[in-house]
Amino acid sequence: MTDLGISRGTGQPLPKPPYYKRFFGSSLVSVVIYAVIVGLIAYGSYSGAQGMGYNWQWYRVPQFLYRNTEIGFEWGEIPIGLVATINLSVISFLLATAIGLLVALLRLSGLVVGTSVAVAFLELIRNIPLLVLLYLFYYVLGPIFGFNRYTASILTLAVFHSALISEILRAGINAVPTGQWEAAKSIGMTPYQTYKYIVLPQSVRFMLPPMTGEVVHLIKSSAIVSVIAVAELTTFGRNIISDTYMSFEIWFTIALVYLVVTLILSIGVSYLEKKYAVDQ
Amino acid sequence: MTQLNPMIEVTNLDKFYGTFHALKNIDLTVRQGEKVVICGPSGSGKSTLIRCFNGLEWHNSGRLVIDGIEVYEGAKEIRELRQEVGMVFQQFNLFPHLTVLENLMIGPMKVRKISKAQAEETARNYLDRVHIPEQADKYPAQLSGGQQQRVAIARSLCMETRIMLFDEPTSALDPEMINEVLDVMVELADTGMTMVVVTHEMGFARKVADTMVFMEAGQIVEISPPEQFFTNPSSERCRLFLNQILEH
Repeated sequence: MTDLGISRGTGQPLPKPPYYKRFFGSSLVSVVIYAVIVGLIAYGSYSGAQGMGYNWQWYRVPQFLYRNTEIGFEWGEIPIGLVATINLSVISFLLATAIGLLVALLRLSGLVVGTSVAVAFLELIRNIPLLVLLYLFYYVLGPIFGFNRYTASILTLAVFHSALISEILRAGINAVPTGQWEAAKSIGMTPYQTYKYIVLPQSVRFMLPPMTGEVVHLIKSSAIVSVIAVAELTTFGRNIISDTYMSFEIWFTIALVYLVVTLILSIGVSYLEKKYAVDQ
Repeated sequence: MTQLNPMIEVTNLDKFYGTFHALKNIDLTVRQGEKVVICGPSGSGKSTLIRCFNGLEWHNSGRLVIDGIEVYEGAKEIRELRQEVGMVFQQFNLFPHLTVLENLMIGPMKVRKISKAQAEETARNYLDRVHIPEQADKYPAQLSGGQQQRVAIARSLCMETRIMLFDEPTSALDPEMINEVLDVMVELADTGMTMVVVTHEMGFARKVADTMVFMEAGQIVEISPPEQFFTNPSSERCRLFLNQILEH
């Protein structure tokens, strides 16, 4: 730090930045401003709720997280719903990645048929709203092929996100220099071996950040399946509210649960990224 | 040289990129153990020609026979051929996510289906040959350019290649690292390997080459033994080129 304040050559101290920059740049002031803004928003919504005569009942929320009954400890609806959401998201994500990889490889295959099939799929999926896609799967394809609401939800989420994931995979694969392909070819590797041992392991580095975003996106969009009453976090939230009429408290809590899960995920992956970057 | 088997036979070869005529009517024979150095101005088709030799590029007409195998787009034997024909690239093209040892082992293990233990033994043997046994567990990015290129040479040799192609192997290197790579190539030449080298390192060419090839605008302008090539080239264009690169 010491030499930063001295300009090179003359040994004279550098002129200080303007006063307002130092004021807003200091971390204490930043924290205070942040707290004030958050406080204002919180106060605004609270007083607004007071104004409409809302009866806050936060003390009734913990029972939906966990209960200590005479039988013993038991989880409440919210954690059970969360597990269901995570379950749904993980299965959908795995399926979406598989479909996405297939579409990406088709698109990169260089075959006219492969490319056009992939592009048609992408354009179709990207231009249908998620909700309409869900209705299509549940009300149209469901009865035709005989699958239930849970399967319809997984297929909807997987197909919708596979379009986005295939673009991430394609970008990641394209980010690997052509020299790597040539080197793999020149030692006699098949295209499959080249993907498996050379290209995909290297593209992971490029794909990790956007893929995390996609997982977060998927967890959030999984809430939409509550419209066909699949048991998951948002559906459980709706059920609790219809029993208790505590819509403010429960929606705040549900939002917080989603926020915590997705934040943990983002932080975990950025840690992984740093660890991975050191290895290279 | 003439009594040995031809390893590479090129007859009437033409190559187009769209309407651009990249290689024109190429005829060239490389015999077993022969060292051929190809030089010429950039854009003359040197790299394109040797990239045809292991199927990284395909010719459009003419014949190309390598070690008795006819090379053409879609040939079934092309993968077996690539295992026999090693390629060293200007930009090294090592696999950055694998250690040096793994770079050397992955080809033999996955392509030749050799056991891990045996692949490691071969890999360490060739790392000794290129004088960097101590770098086995590092990643390519931790090595200097010269070391990386020597690893790349070892990687090709691990496939037990019979022909080695070098595509400007020292052009991307800092000057002080060029010699360590050329030394390894000279040692490799001494083992009797068939080598086709695209390079402007004329010192190396004088020391190693059996045949010099000068290319310009997609054509072979001159093929001659080095003593004649450097002292009395038959074409005026080749003389000018040599003057330009030998003056400094």
